[in-house]
Amino acid sequence: MHYVSPTTTDEAVRILSSAPGACRIVAGGTDLLVQMRSGMPEADTLLDIKRIGGLREIARDDGGWRIGAAVSGAELGEHAELVGEWPGVVEAVNLIGSTQIQGRATMAGNLCNASPAADSVPALVAANAVVRVVGPEGVRDVPVLDIPAGPGKTTLKRGEFVSSIYLPAKTGQSGDAYLRFIPRTEMDIAVVGCAVWLAFDAAGTCTEARVALGAVGPKVILAEEAARALVGTRIDEPALDALVAACSAAARPIADKRGTVAFRTHVAGVLARRAALIAKNRAGGAA
Amino acid sequence: MSRIHVTTTINGEAAEFLCDAGETLLDVLRDRLGLTGSKEGCGTGDCGACSVVLDGRLVCACLVLGAEAEGRTVGTIEGMTTGEALHPLQRKFLEHAALQCGICTPGFLVAAKALLERTPDPTEEEARYWLAGNLCRCTGYDKIIRAVLDAAAEMREAH
Ligand SMILES: Cc1cc2nc3c(=O)[nH]c(=O)nc-3n(C[C@H](O)[C@H](O)[C@H](O)COP(=O)(O)OP(=O)(O)OC[C@H]3O[C@@H](n4cnc5c(N)ncnc54)[C@H](O)[C@@H]3O)c2cc1C
Ligand code: FES
Ligand code: FES
Repeated sequence: MHYVSPTTTDEAVRILSSAPGACRIVAGGTDLLVQMRSGMPEADTLLDIKRIGGLREIARDDGGWRIGAAVSGAELGEHAELVGEWPGVVEAVNLIGSTQIQGRATMAGNLCNASPAADSVPALVAANAVVRVVGPEGVRDVPVLDIPAGPGKTTLKRGEFVSSIYLPAKTGQSGDAYLRFIPRTEMDIAVVGCAVWLAFDAAGTCTEARVALGAVGPKVILAEEAARALVGTRIDEPALDALVAACSAAARPIADKRGTVAFRTHVAGVLARRAALIAKNRAGGAA
Repeated sequence: MSRIHVTTTINGEAAEFLCDAGETLLDVLRDRLGLTGSKEGCGTGDCGACSVVLDGRLVCACLVLGAEAEGRTVGTIEGMTTGEALHPLQRKFLEHAALQCGICTPGFLVAAKALLERTPDPTEEEARYWLAGNLCRCTGYDKIIRAVLDAAAEMREAH
């Protein structure tokens, strides 16, 4: 096994596409090292992306934020301006693991690990985040929804990796929120997760909505029916009831020791209602 | 397979070692450098017994590669005391009987020190959340939390 820590994306792409055998990206390593310890995945080369220039930066870009793939959860949580604009995304990332895990875990790693229960992914989908992928054929920008393909699988091609994630410019009255259900308050994997992003006009009517569900399908679900239930309303009781029904209908959970199908389906609706109210409150003026 | 030569700083002193690509920083500290204060409780990031500070960040040494330490600074439990005098946290852990078997203690001390450096006056809730990634099978946590809050109070007075 080899360890490499290139300092440019070009060099990283070259190694990733030409190294013999399996080459694995190491970001925070909080998934990868656990997996390596249990014997999978096979890796001949470990490519550490944390020394690549710019990948540890959070930068303003066209009114939004470009977040380097090696930025840790702790660094995101300490960025007051970013927290002010995308509190839901940051709270989702900050739910990952403990203080120690936060010191290392990245949002891009959470996404590329492709766990159906990954906490930051529904929040990124609700935020309409765009993933910058670099590879042998150059750079492409991909909606976050299109990166996970199923449990443990992504749509990234050989030689490609994520260099940054873009959060769009916050529009006037908008807000986001993420909630998950776990049996305890810390250090557990989501049984259900739900993220809501809402935008309002000056009169307090919802003009746009995005609702995403985690841990209730093989990959994150963009619940478009649920969003339609909110647009054109003031997020009043009938709208919330329609949201709950649409989220429960969109959930396609499995049953396991963490929760039954019936429980997960129900909780998807409950979390959606609560997250929508938090997002509305954060959007301000529409309460 | 050739070993990787790593030059780093551990507890303020220059250090170097040879390690394999897949070897964790925890294994390097314990097996190559003889710094056995950091413990392995799980090896999977769940227990915090391996807590160290890497470039100012609290992390699990079992989830860091030894090779990543190149050019970085590492702080371990061995660097907690200055000379013979115990750190206030260490004293308070003894006073409050905040340990029994002691396996979790180095991790709790390193993590608590990192907490007090950024939050000198934590609430009990803040302390409990900060330390949620440190597991103890013996004490039931309450004595640990009392010791941390008491040490924090003493350290604030000393300033
Ligand atoms: C104790 C503990 C608690 C946890 N709790 C949670 C939790 O509550 N919620 C949750 O969602 N997760 C949790 N996790 C899982 C993990 O911490 C997160 O998924 C984390 O965000 C992974 O990020 P990383 O940077 O550490 O990824 P890594 O381990 O470095 O990488 C993960 C995977 O993605 C690939 N990868 C990483 N970066 C890129 C990139 N830029 N481009 C392409 N591929 C890439 C890697 O090759 C690897 O396959 C927990 C893990 C531990 C150990
Ligand atoms: S040994 Fe590292 S967290 Fe348990
Ligand atoms: S004192 Fe035994 S595990 Fe904490």
